[in-house]
Amino acid sequence: MNLTLKIWRQQDANSKGAMHTYEVSDISEHMSFLEMLDVLNEGLVAKGESPVAFDHDCREGICGMCSLYINGEPHGPDRAITTCQLHMRKFKDGETIHIEPWRAKAFPVIKDLTVDRSSFDRIIQAGGYVSVNTSGNTQDANAIPIPKADADNAFDAATCIGCGACVAACKNASAMLFVSAKVSQLALLPQGQVERKDRVMNMVDQMDKEGFGNCTNTGACSIECPKEISLDNIARMNREFLIASVLPE
Amino acid sequence: MVALIRTSVARKYAMALSGFFLLFFLLQHLTINFTSILSAETFNFLSHFMGTNPFVQYALQPVLAFGVFFHIAMGIVLELQNRAARDLNYSYSNPAASSTWMSRNMIITGIAVLLFLGLHFYDFWFPELKLKFIDGVWNIEDRYFSELQHKFADPIRTALYVLSFGFLALHLLHGFQSAFQSVGFRNNKYTPTVKLLANIYGVAVPLGFIVVALYHYFGSLTH
Repeated sequence: MNLTLKIWRQQDANSKGAMHTYEVSDISEHMSFLEMLDVLNEGLVAKGESPVAFDHDCREGICGMCSLYINGEPHGPDRAITTCQLHMRKFKDGETIHIEPWRAKAFPVIKDLTVDRSSFDRIIQAGGYVSVNTSGNTQDANAIPIPKADADNAFDAATCIGCGACVAACKNASAMLFVSAKVSQLALLPQGQVERKDRVMNMVDQMDKEGFGNCTNTGACSIECPKEISLDNIARMNREFLIASVLPE
Repeated sequence: MVALIRTSVARKYAMALSGFFLLFFLLQHLTINFTSILSAETFNFLSHFMGTNPFVQYALQPVLAFGVFFHIAMGIVLELQNRAARDLNYSYSNPAASSTWMSRNMIITGIAVLLFLGLHFYDFWFPELKLKFIDGVWNIEDRYFSELQHKFADPIRTALYVLSFGFLALHLLHGFQSAFQSVGFRNNKYTPTVKLLANIYGVAVPLGFIVVALYHYFGSLTH
């Protein structure tokens, strides 16, 4: 396959970026999207040019590091996958592919296609934890009976890998799907009850401080999410927030 | 309370609750309007009651005015905040792949409805206020139907009303079900029913207003 790539290049956080055009040839349809970018970078390095910076780590869809906005959608045109699971057979020979970083005030560009997602870390730090009895008589989690529906919903919420595609997809750059998944996975389980009310208030407060937008229920976040995190979680977080606001501890 | 409204989730609740209030008001407004097709006497009676009853005038009307103002003001504030949350837009985007046009453009349909409100107030509410509170005329019980007929005899006004109700339909088709989501009412059992009701309400209510406007316009042609 021969492709035209339009890629966002930006020297650093303080520089002004722009879209640059590159041509790549002899790309196998069996390559992953990131391998195609590796080929591009090998060519750029051979020519003495700076390679395109992009985030990646596990390349098997579980670490949440890859973060490309491809042809107008986070993680590209396929559903329920991360960029590293996207393959070139999804594109046509001669196609022009647009590649940009996540765009949000709370995700500033570090270089080219890499963005700083530490705002997510700070939201987790604000409440995404549980108290553990460290006196030596900690109860085995597997010995605590949990309704199957709650366990399933908690597990589904916990599959969020924190990649930020929800923010990238949302027209408001809202982080509510991510935050609601983190609130839900703990609020549904017995271990998460101690900090339940503080957690939702603190995580929402931190989310707002980071400068994410407001959710207007377009649903784009859930559709573009590589782990298909449900909007049910946002509804649950709203209920948790209401209860914590009306009946604070 | 002030601290609460500063958080994004509280703003969602505030927007949804004011939306629910306006959904209920629209249904009430349509019900009275629709009687103008069925019986001029009934329409005059109900309009006179709503226009002169002290509880409606001095309790419900200020609440309605506040609800409308709050919904508009909050919508504009949210839009400005949301635009600020993305300082640089994508150069190439495909939002239609994951969301509806209605859900992404509530501010456009909302502003269209706001402009319509300006026209509607100019046509009906401001003359009503002048008649009652400046001229002091409260007791003409049979004027409402003839005023309605007179207004909708104008084809341009009727066309503007029909167009505005189209925008209202687009606003309601997302707003109705979105309000339920915002207050946390979402589950596998009831959400499909809520979405069905949202589609029925979002089409039927604006269509009802359109039918009333067109009925009186075409009625004026035969007079």
